Amino acid sequence: MASKTKKAAFDAKKQLEKVEEQFETLQILNEEGKVVNESAMPDLSDEQLQELMRRMVYTRILDQRSISLNRQGRLGFYAPTAGQEASQLASQFALEKEDFILPGYRDVPQIIWHGLPLSQAFLWSRGHFEGGNIPEGVNVIAPQIIIGAQYIQAAGVALGMKKRGEKAVAITYTGDGGASQGDFYEGINFAGAFQVPAIFIVQNNRFAISTPVEKQSAAKTIAQKAVAAGIPGVQVDGMDPLAVYAAVHDARERALNGEGPTLIETLTYRYGPHTMAGDDPTRYRTSDLDNEWEKKDPLVRFRKFLEDKKLWNEDMENEIIEKAKEDIKVAIKKADDTPKQKVTDLMSIMYEEMPYNLKEQYEVYKEKESK
Amino acid sequence: MAQMTMIQAITDALRTELSNDPNVLVFGEDVGVNGGVFRATEGLQKEFGEDRVFDTPLAESGIGGLAVGLGLQGFRPVPEIQFFGFVYEVMDSISGQLARMRYRSGGRYSAPVTIRSPFGGGVHTPEMHADSLEGLMAQQPGLKVVIPSTPYDAKGLLISAIRDNDPVIFLEHMKLYRSFRQEVPEEEYSIPLGKAEVKREGSDISIITYGAMVHEALKAAEELEKDGHSAEVIDLRTVSPIDIETIIASVEKTNRAIVVQEAQKQAGIAANVVAEINDRAILSLEAPVLRVAAPDTVFAFPQAETVWLPNYKDIIETAKKVINF
Ligand SMILES: Cc1ncc(C[n+]2csc(CCOP(=O)(O)OP(=O)(O)O)c2C)c(N)n1
Ligand SMILES: [Mg+2]
Repeated sequence: MASKTKKAAFDAKKQLEKVEEQFETLQILNEEGKVVNESAMPDLSDEQLQELMRRMVYTRILDQRSISLNRQGRLGFYAPTAGQEASQLASQFALEKEDFILPGYRDVPQIIWHGLPLSQAFLWSRGHFEGGNIPEGVNVIAPQIIIGAQYIQAAGVALGMKKRGEKAVAITYTGDGGASQGDFYEGINFAGAFQVPAIFIVQNNRFAISTPVEKQSAAKTIAQKAVAAGIPGVQVDGMDPLAVYAAVHDARERALNGEGPTLIETLTYRYGPHTMAGDDPTRYRTSDLDNEWEKKDPLVRFRKFLEDKKLWNEDMENEIIEKAKEDIKVAIKKADDTPKQKVTDLMSIMYEEMPYNLKEQYEVYKEKESK
Repeated sequence: MAQMTMIQAITDALRTELSNDPNVLVFGEDVGVNGGVFRATEGLQKEFGEDRVFDTPLAESGIGGLAVGLGLQGFRPVPEIQFFGFVYEVMDSISGQLARMRYRSGGRYSAPVTIRSPFGGGVHTPEMHADSLEGLMAQQPGLKVVIPSTPYDAKGLLISAIRDNDPVIFLEHMKLYRSFRQEVPEEEYSIPLGKAEVKREGSDISIITYGAMVHEALKAAEELEKDGHSAEVIDLRTVSPIDIETIIASVEKTNRAIVVQEAQKQAGIAANVVAEINDRAILSLEAPVLRVAAPDTVFAFPQAETVWLPNYKDIIETAKKVINF
């Protein structure tokens, strides 16, 4: 039996406090759109700043339209994105075309801005295999449904890049819930062990469906999980496009310099329901919390910042809104015009060559489909 | 008696066993405040407290391992896997651990765990949500695999599953959750695991099936009746171990059989039933035992789902082939 006067073998409290001290939130633009961290300010031209704003406005419209298209039964699976524009779009904005994105189911905007045609995003939502048939030269894979799976795959893509000596990074996304999966830990650990050029983003929007982030882990931040993998981790204000951009930009530089992977936690919020399949956020979130986060809105603060610099006005905003609406109209038409997915289509993409059973079944279903 | 949907009957069974046995614990992703994504655990956290009904971090492998450990501590865990397509994440806990607990402890420990999970087609879910993976579970000795087809059965079978000292995989077909109501006693009752039910008596052919296909088979039997064929419909209810006595007795009476499953054809429950019939009753057969199943592709997404899923017409067609053999 240990005596009460014996000194503790280790100072648990101090250890935990020390870890947490290292993970302050990086912020560059505050909620009023004022720069509060000049030294971390990324080197972006006026045109680039405007382009980032355009993309955020465009994507907010895309979200609104996707929700209504879903309600009309014209889209299938859809996970709303409003609130997460800075986290999603500023992180993608820091990439180059050669970089490879492995998204989760909510990360459709990033892969659209990386080159996936909008019509294919719509087909993916409908579960059409053509949605995942990514055009040559667009370095993304279709969004992952299995939470966490993409994290280890990102380590694999990045290891491939390293072996081939490519000047590119793999970037992957999950959520605060996803950071509890074994695949999350395996992904960051493998990437650290092999020192590969990967960027791991956790969009901490505080909820995994209904489960609050506080119930996911005793760790105070998700960023600190990097420590155990021996890689750097950073927590950023995920409603601040400049902070997100700066963190991803620097992580990318490190990766390209052969310094290995980085874990980035973006503090953000989804305004809408988890998905459009019957989730009711009022069961698990208070409207006070919604209001608190809506005050941090990434579009509002970035708009203020740009207006102060005379880089943004209502006309520019309206112009991009109109463009978004027009693009969506064209894309949904294109998706509608794509022949419906058939069972025989699925059969022909199961293997390189159909085995006997599929060959037989192919004939049977061709017949059924012709009726 | 109350009229209940299957989901209500499941909630009722959980409530019954949470009340009966303080060792019963219900946990999983979003089962607490949210009451589960299908509301199967609606109100249970409020009624029994967070100690008994709780949300876990998001990790199926974690949920499975936790259940193994709690079982060792004398609890009776009833974890939920949010959709059965995510079972691959927890396969080691199920096949590598739960199913081997008796063997590994020389019979000292058991794994009185019931894993509940929704599955099944026809409700337009995204990828990896609807797949019928009961064949994969039935491949594993040491597990029991139960699939109810009605609200009444769901309650009685779930109560038995929870009370069973061996691990049970309890699969709930999403299309049946709210598709119809049935009289379900409010008091407790149980239906034994491993017992099939003859849903409809017949003399010309046995249609052996389970889950949502039971309803397609009954519809097919009605149509066959109009053409003068009397079909017996058997609902397996437990797909592993199967009720060999009921199956063989039926086949010996009708001398013809087909087996229907919603899962892909290339492996699974139906193949096993056919093999058992051939092993035990081949001399009673007037025709080969044929299967009705989905084609051997990944589960089809919404657009092709209705063509992909087997239906009563497929059953009639195959039944007639066997009858006219
Ligand atoms: C392996 C696996 N388990 C469970 C689910 C069901 N599911 C879909 S989204 C989700 C919550 C994810 O939360 P989080 O990681 O925080 O991401 P968010 O949805 O908030 O973006 C769950 C449990 C799934 N898709 N895959
Ligand atoms: Mg989340």
